[in-house]
Amino acid sequence: VRRGELLVIIPAYNEEANVATVIRGVQQHLPLADVMVINDGSRDRTARVAAQAGAEVVSLPFNMGYGTALQTGYKYAKENGYRFLAQVDADGQHDPVYILDMLALLEGNQADIVVGSRFLVDSGYRAPFAKRVGMLLFGSVASWVTGQKVTDPTSGYQALNRKAFCYCAEDVYPSDFADADVVIMFHRAGFRVREVPVRMYPSANKQSRYLNMYSFVTPFYYIFKMSLAVFVCLLRERGGAEEDVDG
Amino acid sequence: MLMVDRMTPRQQIFALVMSVALLVFVVEMVRRRRLREEYSWLWILVAMAILVLSAWFGLLKWLTNLIGAVTPVSTFFVFGILFLVVVNVYFSIKVSTLTTQVKNLAQRLAIMSCYLQELREGHSGHPADPANPCQQRRAEYRNAGRSTGSAGPQVAASGPEGGSPDQGKAKD
Repeated sequence: VRRGELLVIIPAYNEEANVATVIRGVQQHLPLADVMVINDGSRDRTARVAAQAGAEVVSLPFNMGYGTALQTGYKYAKENGYRFLAQVDADGQHDPVYILDMLALLEGNQADIVVGSRFLVDSGYRAPFAKRVGMLLFGSVASWVTGQKVTDPTSGYQALNRKAFCYCAEDVYPSDFADADVVIMFHRAGFRVREVPVRMYPSANKQSRYLNMYSFVTPFYYIFKMSLAVFVCLLRERGGAEEDVDG
Repeated sequence: MLMVDRMTPRQQIFALVMSVALLVFVVEMVRRRRLREEYSWLWILVAMAILVLSAWFGLLKWLTNLIGAVTPVSTFFVFGILFLVVVNVYFSIKVSTLTTQVKNLAQRLAIMSCYLQELREGHSGHPADPANPCQQRRAEYRNAGRSTGSAGPQVAASGPEGGSPDQGKAKD
């Protein structure tokens, strides 16, 4: 990867304690990448800490959720001509070193989207119970729909090529709840999705990924919402990956 | 079985007063520009319907018979509840459109602020910050766009982003 080809986006909500470490990790492993923190209406000093650590900071005017923050990064990358984009969580869960593995697949044109999976090899990761149920359920659904093994449908650790993130910059992207349905959406749109094994750490922040969806009540909402999203996704028309996105 | 031939005068007067009051209130809100015409027609329609039905009992009886209700009053209730359901679904659709538009605006605002800050720094004599690779990248991308004659970064010209099919018919 040459300078100006790869954008690493880090959506962050109230992560002043961890975001600088994540930024430095990316800079260390990928000195040629541009790093951008999407500050999703944080009420702490996330934006300042990130800027001091040397990242570009884009601040949403209020908290809008993980998917919207990600999509802001896709739009930015689209406008500024990047070839590749990687997304890393700000809570220190993702080790940036694996971006190199993901990029290798994108650069070799073997995939349009590469997802970092915790479960391809035993990485010692143990998710909370509700999350395990959700991942098992939607992993099976996604595997069945896409006809290929999806081991980690809820992973936010992904790398996309230009065609893929330009597609996600449009309104088709389910920015209110980007999760397992995104994998299915990619597949239906005709993108090639691959998984690579990654190691993930337990989140340093208790309210990790600010989804907060695996707390007490929300698993039910999560399962309902995701079932609906997957179902509706299947009802929609296929295609979309063939669109011309040069610009 | 109880067969109702007419509304009691009380019922009739109450229904008439309510519908006229609703009608006057809605029209007044539109006149003061507190309520957009876009949303007022529904309520005007309802007020008119109540007005017509309370004045013209034959129609109400026919309608009651049509839907198999026992008393004309329950016809009112059925249509009242039905109307509330429809209105709520309609508003949910509206809110969804607005949510998408607000999301797109917020994202656009965030990205534009980033560009604006850079422009300001540029005007005050600072070159692109060498410690900021994203700024460097944008500068290079702009220059590359100029030299090859292509459009360069599509900062503002990336087309309508509202995502709503009826976007063009904004009425204000």
